[in-house]
Amino acid sequence: MSLLLFGILAVIALITAALMVTARNLVHAVLMMVANFGTVAIMYITLSAPFVAVVQVAVYAGAIMVLFLFVVMLLGEQQLSFDEPFAGQRMAAGVLGLLLAIMLLVTLFTASPAVLQTGLTAEQIGRENAQRVGELLYTQYLLPFEATSILLLIAMVGAVVLAKRRLL
Amino acid sequence: MDVPIQYYGLLSALLFSMGVAGVLLRRNIIIVFMSIELMFNAANLLFVAFARHQNGLDGQVFVFFVMTVAAAEVAVGLALVMALFRSKQTTDVDDASTLKG
Repeated sequence: MSLLLFGILAVIALITAALMVTARNLVHAVLMMVANFGTVAIMYITLSAPFVAVVQVAVYAGAIMVLFLFVVMLLGEQQLSFDEPFAGQRMAAGVLGLLLAIMLLVTLFTASPAVLQTGLTAEQIGRENAQRVGELLYTQYLLPFEATSILLLIAMVGAVVLAKRRLL
Repeated sequence: MDVPIQYYGLLSALLFSMGVAGVLLRRNIIIVFMSIELMFNAANLLFVAFARHQNGLDGQVFVFFVMTVAAAEVAVGLALVMALFRSKQTTDVDDASTLKG
């Protein structure tokens, strides 16, 4: 049953990703991206990570999609061309992407990941997910957590400076 | 654990490769950005899958940091798109070639 669900979700994720990459209409591409992220969010729930799933929906399907749609709206609707600036660019891109996929798969299927003993069960991780993740964030990962706040501040200031009509 | 970890690896690798192909293939800067988000997403999926595989939570915590970096990258990147569009009236990455020698 779980394998069936995974198969369905994986097929949807791959199809939406392919449609996004090949879309001619920018709005369609954004919507396909949201569908892809939503599918992955469902997958997170089946992987006993409900908190990550909710954050995925809120941040990606919510905030980032609105940002993208906002920029698409500001720039105006346009049909995208598939012109090749260099001869054979499309072929080269496909071959390089395929090569990367093969390389990643060979690495993944020949490696044998070690299983650490954390003393937790999948049951515990799923049921007390938000508490446990929050506890880790504020204890073991406190320094990186604080560093990301500075990163976000820098990004915010940078976005404002870049979007201003006259630079400084 | 019904689904083997390798299946998640397969899906993640395919999604990541699609993102790479999108960056190489498309010339529209917004599509290029979305392809980069697709790659972030593929990496996050593998993080969560391995966290489940190991019965740990560190992978899930790391996903938050990846999402933060992705959000910051999108905010600055879209501001750059606006700046490029304002100065050159284009969203084609090949038209932004002022630095070309």
